[in-house]
Amino acid sequence: MGGMTRFFKSLFLVELLKGMRLTGRYLFSKKITVQYPEEKTPQSHRFRGKHALRRYANGEERCIACKLCEAVCPALAITIESEQRDDGSRRTTRYDIDLSKCIFCGFCEESCPVDSIVETREYEYHGETREDLLMTKEKLLAMGDKYEEEIAADRAKDAIYR
Amino acid sequence: MLDLLYSLTSFLPESLQTIIIILVKIAVLLIPLLLGVAYLTYAERKIIGYMQVRIGPNRVGPRGWLQPIADAVKLMFKEIVIPNFANKFLFLLAPVLSIGTALAAWAVVPFNAELVLADVNAGLLYILAMTSVGVYGVIIAGWASNSKYAMLSALRASAQIVSYEIAMGFALVGVLMASRSLNLGDIVIGQSGGIYHWYLLPLFPLFVVYFISGVAETNRAPFDVAEGESEIVAGFHVEYSGMAFSIFFLAEYANMILISMLASLMFLGGWLSPFEGIEIIQNSSLAFIGTASIGWLLAKAAFLLLLFLWFRATFPRYRYDQIMRLGWKVFIPITIVWIFVIGLMYYWQIGPWFTH
Repeated sequence: MGGMTRFFKSLFLVELLKGMRLTGRYLFSKKITVQYPEEKTPQSHRFRGKHALRRYANGEERCIACKLCEAVCPALAITIESEQRDDGSRRTTRYDIDLSKCIFCGFCEESCPVDSIVETREYEYHGETREDLLMTKEKLLAMGDKYEEEIAADRAKDAIYR
Repeated sequence: MLDLLYSLTSFLPESLQTIIIILVKIAVLLIPLLLGVAYLTYAERKIIGYMQVRIGPNRVGPRGWLQPIADAVKLMFKEIVIPNFANKFLFLLAPVLSIGTALAAWAVVPFNAELVLADVNAGLLYILAMTSVGVYGVIIAGWASNSKYAMLSALRASAQIVSYEIAMGFALVGVLMASRSLNLGDIVIGQSGGIYHWYLLPLFPLFVVYFISGVAETNRAPFDVAEGESEIVAGFHVEYSGMAFSIFFLAEYANMILISMLASLMFLGGWLSPFEGIEIIQNSSLAFIGTASIGWLLAKAAFLLLLFLWFRATFPRYRYDQIMRLGWKVFIPITIVWIFVIGLMYYWQIGPWFTH
C-alpha cells in the first residue's frame, strides 16, 4: 500500500469506521445470553456432578469395598472402611466422599468394577458447614435411590463407547 | 412559570427572592441532568452489552430500569475509606472540584432561544475555562491518594487533557470565526435556515477534531489511559470508595453529556430542526418536526452520546505515545489548516455561512 493511500485512509478514519460498522451490526444481532435460573444450557449425559452409590434392582448395594476408588482418587477425597457381613460378603461400614476435596475427575467412577460409585448430573448444591459437604454412605445411597432412573439411562447411552 | 415563582416569593426581601429563584433554576437544571447521568450509565451497560451479544442488566425492576437507582443506593451506603497518610482535605476536595466544574459549565448551555440559566456573552470562554479547571480534580485526587497508581494516572490524565484542550480550543476558534459570537445562543441562531446552514458542513474537520478531543477530554475509551485497568488498576480514583468514588463517576458522565450538548449546539444547529424551511413538511400535519424545539437538541446530544458508547465498545485503548502524537501532530495541524481555510472562505464569501 502506497504511503499516499495509507495517509488518506488514516486521515479519513476508514479502518475505525469499518470497526464501528461491525459493532453496529452486532448491536442488532440475536443475543446469546442464557438467563440461568430460568434457562439452562443443555447437559451431556457424561456430566460429572455430585456423587451417588447405586443399588441392584433387588435393593442390595453394589459396593463390594474393593477400595479401588479410594486408591485411584487423586485428591484423596474418599475414605472407606469395610467389614465382613454376617452372610460372609465384604461390605463397607463407612464410605465418605469429601466434596470440598473432590475435583470431579470421574476416576472413581471409571475404576469401579461394579458400577457402584457414579457421578450424577446434579450440580446445584451447596453446604453451609463442612459437614454438609461430606457425603456419607447414607447420603450417597439416598442420591443413588433418587436418581437411579437417570443414572441407568445415562450408562446405557454411553455403553456403546465402552 | 417564572412569574408564578416571583409572586409566590414576593413577601420576601428582593435579594433573598433573587437567591431563591436562582436556586430553583439550578435545581430545575440539575435534577434532570443527574437523572440523565444515572440513565446514561444504564444505557452504556445495555448498549455495550448488546454490542457484545449479551443483554446487559435486566434483573432490577422491569427490564433492569431500576438498576441505576440500585447502584446509587449501594454507593451511598458504602464507607468512604481514607488511605493512611493521605492528605485528608485534598482527598475530599478532589471529587468536589470535579463535580463542581462539570456542573458549573451547564450554566451557560442554552436549551432553546430563551431557556438558559445564565445568558453570558462570553459563554464559550466560560465553558473552556470550566472544563480546564476540571483537570485539577483529577490531579489533586491522584496526588492526595498517597498511591503510586493514582499518581501515575493523574500525570497521564493531566498531560492528556492539557494537550487535547489545545486542539479543542482551536476547533472552537473555527466556530467563533463562523458565528462571530461567543454566546452559545447566538451561535445556534447563526445556523438557522435548514440543515445546510449548520456549521457541520463548512467546519466538518473541526467537528471531528472537537468530538474526538471531547472523548479524550472526558477520559473515555479509547483514550482512557488515565483509568487503564490493566496497567494502573483504576487510575486516579483507585483509592476512592462509596459516594466519593461515585462523584467522580457522576462528573465524568456529566462531562460526556456536556460535550455532546456543546457539539450539537455548535455544529449540529442545537435546537433547530434539520427540516427547517421545507415547504412540504411545514404545510403537512408533520409541521412539528420542522419547527425548532428542545427535543431536537436532546435527540442530537443523545446521538452523540451513543457515539461515545459505540467508541467504547469498538476501539482498543490507545498507547500513550500515540495519544500524544494524535493530539499534537495530527489534530492541532488539522485545526490550524482549517482555520486558514475558513479565512479564505470568508474572503471569497463562500456558501450561506460566510456571507455576512
